[in-house]
Amino acid sequence: MRINQISVFLENTKGRLFEVCSVLGQHKINMRALTIAESQDFGVLRIVVDKPAEAVKILKENGFVTSLTDIVAVEVDDRPGGLAHILEVLSKEDINVEYMYGFVEKALEKALLVFRFDDPDRAISTLTKNKIRVIKKEEIINL
Amino acid sequence: MEISYWNKEAETMERAQLARLQLKLLRETVEAALATPFYAHRLKKCGISSARDIKSLADLARIPFTTKDDLREGYPYGLLAVSLEEVVRLHTSSGTTGIPTVIYHTKADLDNWTDLVARCIVATGATRRDVFQNMMTYGLFTGGLGLHYGAERVGLTVIPVGGGNTKRQIQLMKDFRSTVVHATPSYMLHIASKLPEYGLKISDLCLKKGYLGAEPYSENTRKKVEELFHIDVYNSYGLSEMNGPGVSFECVYKNGMHIWEDTYLTEIIDPKTGEPVTEEQEGEVVFTNLKRRATPLLRYRTRDVAFLYKDDCPCGRTHRRLSRITGRTDDMLIINGVNVFPSQVEEVVMRIPEVGTNYQIYVEKDGALDKLIVKVEIYSKMFTGDLSALDALKEKIKDELRASIVINPAVELHEPGSLPVFEGKAQRVVDSRPKL
Repeated sequence: MRINQISVFLENTKGRLFEVCSVLGQHKINMRALTIAESQDFGVLRIVVDKPAEAVKILKENGFVTSLTDIVAVEVDDRPGGLAHILEVLSKEDINVEYMYGFVEKALEKALLVFRFDDPDRAISTLTKNKIRVIKKEEIINL
Repeated sequence: MEISYWNKEAETMERAQLARLQLKLLRETVEAALATPFYAHRLKKCGISSARDIKSLADLARIPFTTKDDLREGYPYGLLAVSLEEVVRLHTSSGTTGIPTVIYHTKADLDNWTDLVARCIVATGATRRDVFQNMMTYGLFTGGLGLHYGAERVGLTVIPVGGGNTKRQIQLMKDFRSTVVHATPSYMLHIASKLPEYGLKISDLCLKKGYLGAEPYSENTRKKVEELFHIDVYNSYGLSEMNGPGVSFECVYKNGMHIWEDTYLTEIIDPKTGEPVTEEQEGEVVFTNLKRRATPLLRYRTRDVAFLYKDDCPCGRTHRRLSRITGRTDDMLIINGVNVFPSQVEEVVMRIPEVGTNYQIYVEKDGALDKLIVKVEIYSKMFTGDLSALDALKEKIKDELRASIVINPAVELHEPGSLPVFEGKAQRVVDSRPKL
């Protein structure tokens, strides 16, 4: 199932990332995963949060350029070859990964991976067919 | 000092005789101008319907000024005075917005222009024994071609390398023992800074003279370039509306640029009132091209600020000398010798939907060269979260700017509301370059 990722445009100025995190913190929004894609003089912050709709609203109110993107979160055994297995499945079905990032959830002893696909629905059905667990929206909130 | 002339009779003509010649040529120019839709309308409105209405040089004051905006409005054929069959070349340059300006030349026009450039070259003491490396841009920009043909006419060995590619420039200078170069002052300073990188010293080169122009510079910069290269630097001034280089040029005395007054009828005016300034006072330079028949221009306001020297030059030329250009009466920027109007940048960035409502123009020094940075705010509704889309946007802005202003800018994307908000467009320009 698709999950909302928030993308925030960050110009390369001092303290800008801090400001995003600080605004989210003040509004009790919890970040589940985070990565920054950077170009020469700007970056795009990508975050998965527990309350995406609220987070977008707050960020916009605070003058941040944001947008929502559909991503797919996948659970993978935290052991050697865990990610390779998933990529093999995707590759066989010719599914393209635009980008991905991961984070480890200690309580579960599992790793969570966030994927951006050009065709998320096909990716989800392929993953599910191959018994790879796709994280549901509610799970992200309760992690 | 040894003085050489290309056309001694013309260059040392008595002032009274020069004035008679100017009046005759002014009448011919008015006659030619009346053949264009633009001037036919404008001159008739102020009671000039034939050359006979010009009785003396004082009648020049009856003719209204011509501006760059007029040229733009007349684009492309409104100021063409001859049939296209007569035209052998045209040069366009960027206008203050997307509409360029154009100047046409007949064969005789080019011939006269070339002859004036030949005068300039000979006035600096260069001869057919010299090797001339022309590092000015060729093409629509008049700087390269103007000097090129003049140098060929005098008989110098011309290396038409054009602008840029410093490594090749230095290689050519060394291999062909170039003695005369033509460039912008910034580019000469850039070359000086690069010589050690290529393992060369000034003494490995044979340079004797540098013709520097296309951007304003000070006496200090002249001295600096002269000392760095052990050469004599001659100031060069021109503008495409007056053909290009060769309008005025320094002779061996290097004390101001002789204006070839048998072609360029010169006035210095108060830019606010349009009235002539008193002798040796600074003002806006206004030229009437007395010789060009394809595109006659009467009282063209250059927007360049300078003054005329009163005293005679020891070289014997009777044509008065123009000072260095000390400023502009508009907001034009000169970036590595290329003229850029902030309005051109605005027009480009504002037609791109992904760009928000605010932008800023920064001009800085990057080593010896100029660097243009255009900062734009992105339009938040167009943000998809896709990094490659942002990179593509940057490239698109760069490409469109390059097409419009002919120089390569750096583009920075900013968050909406992050750039300072200004009332007038002039404040959007931050020029941190120290004066050359």
